[in-house]
Amino acid sequence: MSTTATVENLPNASAEPQVNYLNARYGVKSWLLTVDHKRIGLLYLCTITVMFVVGGIAATMMRINLLEPQGALVEPETYNKLFSTHGLVMVFFFLVPSIPVTLGNFLIPMMIGARDVAFPRLNLLSWYIFATGCLIMLYVVCTGGVDTGWTFYTPFSTTYSTTDVVLAALSIFVAGFSSILTGVNFIVTIHKMRAPGMTWFRLPLFIWSMYASAIIFVLGTPVIAITLLLLGVERLLHVGIFDPALGGDPLLFQHLFWFYSHPAVYIMILPSMGVISELIAAFSRKRIFGYSFVAFSSLAIAIISFLVWGHHMFVSGESIYAGLVFSVLSFLVAIPSAVKVFNWTATLYKGSISYEAPMLYALGFLGLFTIGGLTGLYLASLSTDVHLSGTYFVVAHFHYIMVGAAVMAFMGGIHFWWPKITGHLYPDLWARIAAAIIFIGFNLTFFPQFVLGYLGMPRRYAMYPAEFQALNVLSTAGASVLAVGYIIPFIYLIWSLKYGPVAGPNPFGAKGLEWTTQSPPPTENYLKIPIVTEEAYNYETAPEPEVVRV
Amino acid sequence: MMGLTQFALNSIAALWLQFPVQPPAASSIAESVDHVYYFLTGVTVFFTVLIFSIIFYFAIKYRRRPGKPYQPETHTSLFLELSWTIIPSLICVVIFVWSSSLFVRNNRPPANSREIFVIGKQWMWHIQHPEGPREIDALHVPVGENIKLTMTSQDVIHGFYIPAFRVKKDVLPGRYTSVWFKANRTGVYHLFCSQYCGTNHSEMIGWVYVMNPTDFAAWLAQGEQSESLAQQGARLFTQLGCDSCHNAAASSTGPSLAGIYSKPEKLADGTTRVVDDSFLRQAILTPSTIHVAGYPQIMPTFSGQVDEEQILQLIAYVKSLGAQERTNGQ
Repeated sequence: MSTTATVENLPNASAEPQVNYLNARYGVKSWLLTVDHKRIGLLYLCTITVMFVVGGIAATMMRINLLEPQGALVEPETYNKLFSTHGLVMVFFFLVPSIPVTLGNFLIPMMIGARDVAFPRLNLLSWYIFATGCLIMLYVVCTGGVDTGWTFYTPFSTTYSTTDVVLAALSIFVAGFSSILTGVNFIVTIHKMRAPGMTWFRLPLFIWSMYASAIIFVLGTPVIAITLLLLGVERLLHVGIFDPALGGDPLLFQHLFWFYSHPAVYIMILPSMGVISELIAAFSRKRIFGYSFVAFSSLAIAIISFLVWGHHMFVSGESIYAGLVFSVLSFLVAIPSAVKVFNWTATLYKGSISYEAPMLYALGFLGLFTIGGLTGLYLASLSTDVHLSGTYFVVAHFHYIMVGAAVMAFMGGIHFWWPKITGHLYPDLWARIAAAIIFIGFNLTFFPQFVLGYLGMPRRYAMYPAEFQALNVLSTAGASVLAVGYIIPFIYLIWSLKYGPVAGPNPFGAKGLEWTTQSPPPTENYLKIPIVTEEAYNYETAPEPEVVRV
Repeated sequence: MMGLTQFALNSIAALWLQFPVQPPAASSIAESVDHVYYFLTGVTVFFTVLIFSIIFYFAIKYRRRPGKPYQPETHTSLFLELSWTIIPSLICVVIFVWSSSLFVRNNRPPANSREIFVIGKQWMWHIQHPEGPREIDALHVPVGENIKLTMTSQDVIHGFYIPAFRVKKDVLPGRYTSVWFKANRTGVYHLFCSQYCGTNHSEMIGWVYVMNPTDFAAWLAQGEQSESLAQQGARLFTQLGCDSCHNAAASSTGPSLAGIYSKPEKLADGTTRVVDDSFLRQAILTPSTIHVAGYPQIMPTFSGQVDEEQILQLIAYVKSLGAQERTNGQ
């Protein structure tokens, strides 16, 4: 990405208005039949935003209900459906796809200097499959919901639940194919479509993390698909697989379920680690400290994540020896995560750090991921897990990882690349205020839940003993702050589409091929395929930031 | 003025009490588990403060200042990479060894434990004492005695959880799981279902009453239920006609059950299995899967004829036969 490439890929200033991927064609058909990875990324962004709102409404109603020990809003039956909906929608229809299908789709070809992904039509098909899954899920939610929790534990889900378990499982089964196809597409794209000179160790770390999560997509998702298929077979045809009354084994389901669902946690967190690497490098204007250690720790996490599923089952009746093995492997997976945190922190050393909104999200991520990761040790440790598993401690821990870290990174990434995606700047002051509100609201919501869990309050309780009320009220208060923090960006980002100042090709002065082309990029991304001549994050040759304050 | 200060202090104290931070610790293992918890909290606080301080220090010291020349440098350090890989690994090894050894100990019930049976069902806890008394959503135990709970579920998976004892174990249909504890403080403590089990999961809760041994003995003796679990089992044993095959006569078509409990039994395929609760349960419900050497495999299944409670009664009876045998032997 020499200076020449930069000049070649930017049309003359006199050539306004530029033709880009957004204004090249108009009309509903041009969107629904598009094979442009950037437009598909936006289709996904709209879809998962709808799902996030659905899951968020469920969460809001749960938190309101928990204001009072006897339940302030709904009956236990409804509460059970609310937490099931919240979990299913947020995990399978927001968090798992979130960064890969939006930012990944948009950025992978741009970052490696390609015109599109390897299989553009397959990419569009993935979106249609995903949207079908979403529609089935929304149908289930609208027609009475499902009450199994997102974990579908047997034999409750196969024999005892009276809700529409099969259809809910089907929605995930269908959406899973979208994950598999997206994973295949990304792996092939990263292997085969890199621009001349873009060697593996010149790749931005975002690409490494997308590569690692694509591997989990391809290897893990078929297992959950098979598991849900078996669940449907037992529920509909009464073939004994999981229900001991029919001759099945209920723990078999848990093994199969967590074999996918633990790696799925890393599908959620690995892409956000990639985003954070980009943000920290860009806003401290430095190459990431220990590039190769950060890159390989992503692969290490992807591999070890397949070997730790049993730590969800320490009190399930699995053998003590299985518990010991899974405990040691769970500690092992903590190490590469720690390595990343230390490397990101060290990147700040002797940098030139500025605090635009994306960087605030990145620093917020660092703090929350540190807490979320360290509290994971309590659950990898066997004797403490016996007390804490199945309590609010677990709820707090995984929300620090999945919301504190993954959603913070998603928000940071959306803010960082928003000018590239839309061509417009958002008001940075509002964005920084929102980032601060989210950070405060998040901690207020979930920190009390660590204490609740240690006190012994089980999760998935519609009612609870009165002594837990004060901490629950505190948590609900925090959730309302958090909700405000999520609504503000929604407003100013929409506002910026029409009223935001024009961004220019590289408003943050960041390195990376995507910043060398116009904003929004032309349909083919680059007028001329760039030739890469340097490492990633070479800020010695970076242009000055040109942020226009709104 | 004094009154106002006093009022303010009282309010703060009252508010503080609304925010408990520590569950009661009432079992022999609770404190040792808490020590691991405190150690982990220390590690968490240390590293969180460390990371936060470094970030704040760098964030202020190296903030971008207009007009100040900046020359990017690339930093790497193998020494640092190795230290922040090896030091956390060592800390993890310490926690693993410490915590796991506690876990192994906490999972092995001592031999002299008092056994109590637990059946979980949507949505109540059914507790059965061998002496006869049964309780719903309540568990009475004596202080200072090792208690072993043998648990099973009649429907879905439940979770048996006593926070004050730091013990928890899932309760599964179709098999027995167990927990043990030694309560060391009299009082009343929460009993929760910790595994989501359907509509009224959050109402599947109860109380554990830890009593002085004398009070407990009095509690056991009171009430009209005078027949012990083994006696009920004996009655059932005759009722179901088990004794027509399983008797001491030399010509009997089934093995005699006297004294077999906790002894190895030779199977037709040449292997041996120790006769325990799970073995007996399997023999009653799916006799076709157990073929004892020297006997024809003709026992019909009793699946559907006996419920979980009755299976426990039969097991208690078989166990009592073992005890009689030993007594006779002496």
